[in-house]
Amino acid sequence: MTSGLSRRDFLTRSGALVVSFSMAPLLEPLALAQGPFDTHQSHIDPANLDSWIAVGADGIVTAYTGKCDFGQGMYTAQTQLIAEELCVAIDRVRLIQCDTSVTPDQGTTSGSQSTPTNFNTSGLAQAAATAREALINLAAQRLRVPANLLTAANGSISAKGGRRIRYGELVAGKKFKLKIDPKAKRRPAGEWTVLGKPVPPLDIEALVMGRFEFVHNVHVSGMLHGRVVRPPAVGATVVSVDEGSVRGISGLVKVVVRKNFVGVVAEKQTQAIDAAAGLKVVWTPGAGLPAQQGFYDYIRKQPSRDVLMIDSQDIEQKLAQAVTVLKATYCHPYQAHGSIGASCAVADVRADKATVWSATQSAYPTRQCVATLVGLPVDDVRVIFVRGSGCYGLNGADTVSLDAALLSQAIHRPVRVQLSRADEMAWGENYGAACVIDQRAGVDATGTIVAWDCEPWSVSFGGRPGYDRPGNVVTGMLAGYEPHLVSPQAASQPTGALENGNNAVPSYVTGCIGSNCNGAGRIRGERVLTHSVKSPFFTGPLRSPLRLQNTFAHECFMDELGAHAKADPVEYRLRHLRDQRLIDVVKGAAKAAKWDARPSPKSNRRRGEVASGRGIACVAYEGDNGYGALIAEVEVDLAAGHVQVKRFTVAHDCGPISNPAGLRNQIEGGLLQGMSRALGEEVTWDDRKATSTDWNTYHSLPLGIEVPVIECELINQSDVTATGAGETAITLVAAAIGNAIFDATGVRLRQIPFTAAPVKEALDAIS
Amino acid sequence: MPGISLRVNGAVHVVDVDPETPLLYVLGDELHLRGPKFGCGLGQCGACTVLLNGSAVRSCITPVGSVNRQEIVTLEGLGTPEKPHPIQQAFIDEEAAQCGFCLSGVMLTAKAFLDQHPKASEVEIRHALAGVLCRCFVHTRMFKAIQRYARTRQA
Repeated sequence: MTSGLSRRDFLTRSGALVVSFSMAPLLEPLALAQGPFDTHQSHIDPANLDSWIAVGADGIVTAYTGKCDFGQGMYTAQTQLIAEELCVAIDRVRLIQCDTSVTPDQGTTSGSQSTPTNFNTSGLAQAAATAREALINLAAQRLRVPANLLTAANGSISAKGGRRIRYGELVAGKKFKLKIDPKAKRRPAGEWTVLGKPVPPLDIEALVMGRFEFVHNVHVSGMLHGRVVRPPAVGATVVSVDEGSVRGISGLVKVVVRKNFVGVVAEKQTQAIDAAAGLKVVWTPGAGLPAQQGFYDYIRKQPSRDVLMIDSQDIEQKLAQAVTVLKATYCHPYQAHGSIGASCAVADVRADKATVWSATQSAYPTRQCVATLVGLPVDDVRVIFVRGSGCYGLNGADTVSLDAALLSQAIHRPVRVQLSRADEMAWGENYGAACVIDQRAGVDATGTIVAWDCEPWSVSFGGRPGYDRPGNVVTGMLAGYEPHLVSPQAASQPTGALENGNNAVPSYVTGCIGSNCNGAGRIRGERVLTHSVKSPFFTGPLRSPLRLQNTFAHECFMDELGAHAKADPVEYRLRHLRDQRLIDVVKGAAKAAKWDARPSPKSNRRRGEVASGRGIACVAYEGDNGYGALIAEVEVDLAAGHVQVKRFTVAHDCGPISNPAGLRNQIEGGLLQGMSRALGEEVTWDDRKATSTDWNTYHSLPLGIEVPVIECELINQSDVTATGAGETAITLVAAAIGNAIFDATGVRLRQIPFTAAPVKEALDAIS
Repeated sequence: MPGISLRVNGAVHVVDVDPETPLLYVLGDELHLRGPKFGCGLGQCGACTVLLNGSAVRSCITPVGSVNRQEIVTLEGLGTPEKPHPIQQAFIDEEAAQCGFCLSGVMLTAKAFLDQHPKASEVEIRHALAGVLCRCFVHTRMFKAIQRYARTRQA
């Protein structure tokens, strides 16, 4: 295995305590994992310090993490964290990511949860703090000096007077044999020298030199090439497969059929492509798809699973008493993750064990799903994370890992599976959900909101496979496993405290359940009833799942209410907000953008050929996992309907910042990805299948566009917990652009994407 | 079948493959190069870009038989970690990557264009990048890096 050499070297360099890379650990008796990941058996007990940190005799610190890097900077940030807590230089740290034979089970790297999990007082951070205190205690014994008189720096522990001892001497190739100490103290943010600093990405040189190993570059000795044959229509099943149709293709090794899963294996990749294209498969016609035209109305007619998020139980009464009631409906299409690299995986499934090289966000859950699919005990399956192209959620990485496992199992040899672009975009990924969101609000004589009623409808089918649902992605379903289906259910009254994980509840309501008021705002008349219905396509957590769609609807509707009240959009938001961190980002963005305080739309608008305007949106991401406010400045070509964003100004608060340079990169990327999604991205389909299956039919803004100026105002708070930061900015973009278009033109667009045609149509309708 | 002679990053390789095989698969599967990536296989995104006699071509739709004996350079052939090519140094300096999968398309398309049009305007550079995708949307930093490289060429 040529690709494994660097990885193995990397490990053996890192010291005597590093777990051997044989299968030996898998043969040891199982220890039931305890603590935050205790739902599944793992041989790596997260309660043990040795599961997370090893210090080699050479002083190199090796850390094992279950949160991996897809380009969002988590490799660099976690390396900084270890260097900081262990008081070593950053080049003395080796980070091992997401390998089920050596790293703890931290579930899935997703949902802006890596920072909350590993950078506060649990997970990797707490392990690192425990290790530093353990080293100091060891030094106290060796130097016969009380621990509180010792300091750690540069990989050594020093006493006053100059006596010092290096970490390597202290541990001398032994394990710590300690439990994670929940009382171990993190180094205070005010004293950080590595964490919190703009450390350049550790992978940048390898990337720009073309030497970085992606999963697409993995080569295993004796490896063959596989391709899949997906159904030509949604719901189609296999009637027959004519293996004779590809018998003449040289290098073909096997046609593999398992229920409705069809794939081919060949010696060379082109042979596999030819075989997949040439294989005659008779399929049933499929279920048929609801028409895309009218799909948002279709959603609302489906049986739904309902959840009453919040209910003041006086909403109708308050609306009846309001001076004015406004209503609006917002629509958001299915969108694709659309990874730049079609997904790829390598699997080597033998009679007694299996290894999968996978770009999955979910190493341990994938291990379990592979074990289920190939019928091996889970402990005999190893999933090794190797980075793929940016995934932004549930792209094809999980499903192609299952494809590779099924094909390898059929021939007992390693198989690399590369999805085609159409495999990826028509079937390989689980789309971000389409939503239709109904808003109603009542205002008093001053224009202040007294009641807000919201009903978001979203579609769902499948999702992350987790540990036990391989059918949640296409390969598992084709192989006969059931996807998760929405089961219709009526809502009951909310209890406990509001958890606004999907941002279904607008920021401007109190969010009261009994005396628990977890909302960010002041409006007391409040009701949010969510509806989930069955999707004809697989759905999954595309970056800022549902949070983006809901925020688009809330922040645009807030703008409509503000315009009705003839209030300035910033002042109007502040009037209804209670959460100080959200208030601070709104004020911060307005100040940084030199906000032009006045009601929208512009009174002197629509002169000349281009109209300009500004709009704002804000969010407390997932209720409390990051705070952001964004101001977009746009120009609208009044003749053509083309929207050009000129400037984004964002204020962002994610607590103590791990790496401000990396954070800016994430914010910039999130804003422009959000702009692409707002202005052009939409999954399309005909009566049988998705038709947006390549870059001519799914519209991503290319490198050549005029890029808006981006200004980031980072609010660094050291005395609060660290939150996620990868999804806050993107959540705001569609709303801020929509509000800016309204400001410029007086046209309110309530459906994504804002392509030129609907903008022009709306402009023509009011002129 | 006589082998096809490929000159890649200064070395000569003789490969025994169907001449219709897309160059990308030969570079990746036979020569184990990591620079050119499979993005779409349709010539739409740029991830598979290599330099062919100094021009950017999309190796996923270039038959290997058509490049016999011609000079091919991939991203790893531009510079070395000890001595990065100026455009590689520009991307390092601007920290112009997230996942990095698109870099062959972005960097080699920009390099080929600027080498042929050293006095290109900002608008002309953008036009040259109209068919290149980055799905992490590192556009701002990448464009700064490309402009930095353009300045080093003019200096």
